[in-house]
Amino acid sequence: MQPKYTPQELLVRLKSAPPIDQIGTHERISKIQSRSLKGPAKLHGLRLALSMIDLTTLEGKDTPSKVRQLCIKAQHLHGINPDLPKVAAVCVYPTMVGVAKKALENSTIKVAAVSTAFPSGQAPFEVKKLDTLYALEHGADEIDMVISRGHFLAGEYNYVFDEIAAIKALCGSARLKVIFETAELDSLDQVRRISDLAIAAGANFIKTSTGKIQPAATFPVVLTMLGAIKDHFDKTGQMIGMKPAGGISSAKIALQHLLLVKEVLGEAWLTNEWYRFGASSLANDLLMQYQKQLTGKYQSAAYFSID
Amino acid sequence: MEILKTYKLYIGGQFTRTESGRSYQIQSASGQAIANACLGSKKDIRNAVQAARKAQASWAAKSAFNRSQIIYRIAEMLETRKGQFIEELVLLGHSNPAAVAEVQSSIDRCIYYAGWADKYQALSSSVNPVSSPHFNFSVPEPMGVIGMVTCQETALIGLISQILPLIVGGNSVVVIANTTKALCAISFAEVLATSDVPGGVVNILTGEVAEMLPTLAGHMDVNALSLAKIEDHLSRNAQEAAVDNLKRCQLYNLDYFDSKNQGLHFITDFQEIKTTWHPIEQIAGGAAGY
Repeated sequence: MQPKYTPQELLVRLKSAPPIDQIGTHERISKIQSRSLKGPAKLHGLRLALSMIDLTTLEGKDTPSKVRQLCIKAQHLHGINPDLPKVAAVCVYPTMVGVAKKALENSTIKVAAVSTAFPSGQAPFEVKKLDTLYALEHGADEIDMVISRGHFLAGEYNYVFDEIAAIKALCGSARLKVIFETAELDSLDQVRRISDLAIAAGANFIKTSTGKIQPAATFPVVLTMLGAIKDHFDKTGQMIGMKPAGGISSAKIALQHLLLVKEVLGEAWLTNEWYRFGASSLANDLLMQYQKQLTGKYQSAAYFSID
Repeated sequence: MEILKTYKLYIGGQFTRTESGRSYQIQSASGQAIANACLGSKKDIRNAVQAARKAQASWAAKSAFNRSQIIYRIAEMLETRKGQFIEELVLLGHSNPAAVAEVQSSIDRCIYYAGWADKYQALSSSVNPVSSPHFNFSVPEPMGVIGMVTCQETALIGLISQILPLIVGGNSVVVIANTTKALCAISFAEVLATSDVPGGVVNILTGEVAEMLPTLAGHMDVNALSLAKIEDHLSRNAQEAAVDNLKRCQLYNLDYFDSKNQGLHFITDFQEIKTTWHPIEQIAGGAAGY
């Protein structure tokens, strides 16, 4: 494959990014966190957040029946409120794509597959390619790839760039989400740099974390990534999606993320076309808060499906 | 300079200010301000129920003997702080002998219920005769998270007499304490915090019963209510709100100084009975036996 950039060109491009003001970032976040949505706005926000979930199970112990159960949950979030939106996608390992695809065949819910030797990304490129192809052959609508953090931290930006570009080329019409695992990237400047790199290499979505390492989707990291998306949009008019994943387990935090994306990127991103939450336990908390809004009574986990 | 102590809420093992930021003054019998207390809110109830739920399973899973030790420890800590409680009761208008008697009875009650921790199961379970080859037995299990309004007439003995039988039985509790006499309730929380009772097993809130009880009574994650005598309409509304998830409501109007008002049934008031059918083999064509 012909490299798109020489090492020098890529470095120049990455270095043109503005440095991240850490104090300013935290200040802005604390303002978002002090706000709270009430009444109809909250109800709307909860519905919106539900529709943006990539309902996820990524465990070594996943079985076909666990995945089928997840797919049923994705389609029927809470029987008492049949008019609730459905989640955006279910997110599984490549080996489970076929099972999920079959379980969701009569629905609009997409199947996302993690790929490229998720979660570590420590595999030869050939293996990563096969991993991706396997998921695509079984019908994955979206590919969530991890970057090679080791190469990135060693400064081999071209390697990471080419890898993303090559996977993107395999994807065809499937949308590509690129996972950074920001907990391993040390600083917000690094987060900004990898965001720019992934967007330049063809990512449709940029995603914070695998969910395997904490801290995952922290607000400063998300704000930094949203900044990269905004700058790219201002420059080129092309929209890039955002997916915070890991650690977003409460409705309150999810709503604050929505406030953040609305402030930074605007209304256009407030749809599951451009914004997703990678989460497993978030759905139930959103449902409990939704029911609380409807009935005025605090809810109990005992009345919601186990996930 | 004398300063007024601010009594905080006790939620999840932490002394926290009310989320609402409000407070009220507690007055002595002669009308003097003696302390500030938190005027709790609905969200404090929410936080307390969350803490109680989190703590309940592991509290119930402790061995009965261990729960007994921990409750005995409450008595020991009360004993060392006897002076403080007597002083508070006197401030609230009790005579000195009456205050001493109330604190002493409270300590006795702790020791009494500590003794029950490994006995109530045996006395409230049974092996049941059934006409099929089954070993059929019934055992008590804690109901879970219990909401409580404590006695509004006494400051300490009522509080202790209502809380202890519930936690002996493996429940966790969210307590709305006596409004005007809240001093002892929060001092008791300080006792709990230093007596090995895991955080969240007992949560104590101060404030207006009328404001907080509807939220507690309607909360779907609260399994039962223990209500001391309160105004009729508050009690009735609470029982109505409790219907949605079929909370068991126990209403008490008792003189807790009377030692008749302690006993096994205050524990079993908040236990569910689980019955198990365990198949047994027909041995050598004989009649079913255990």
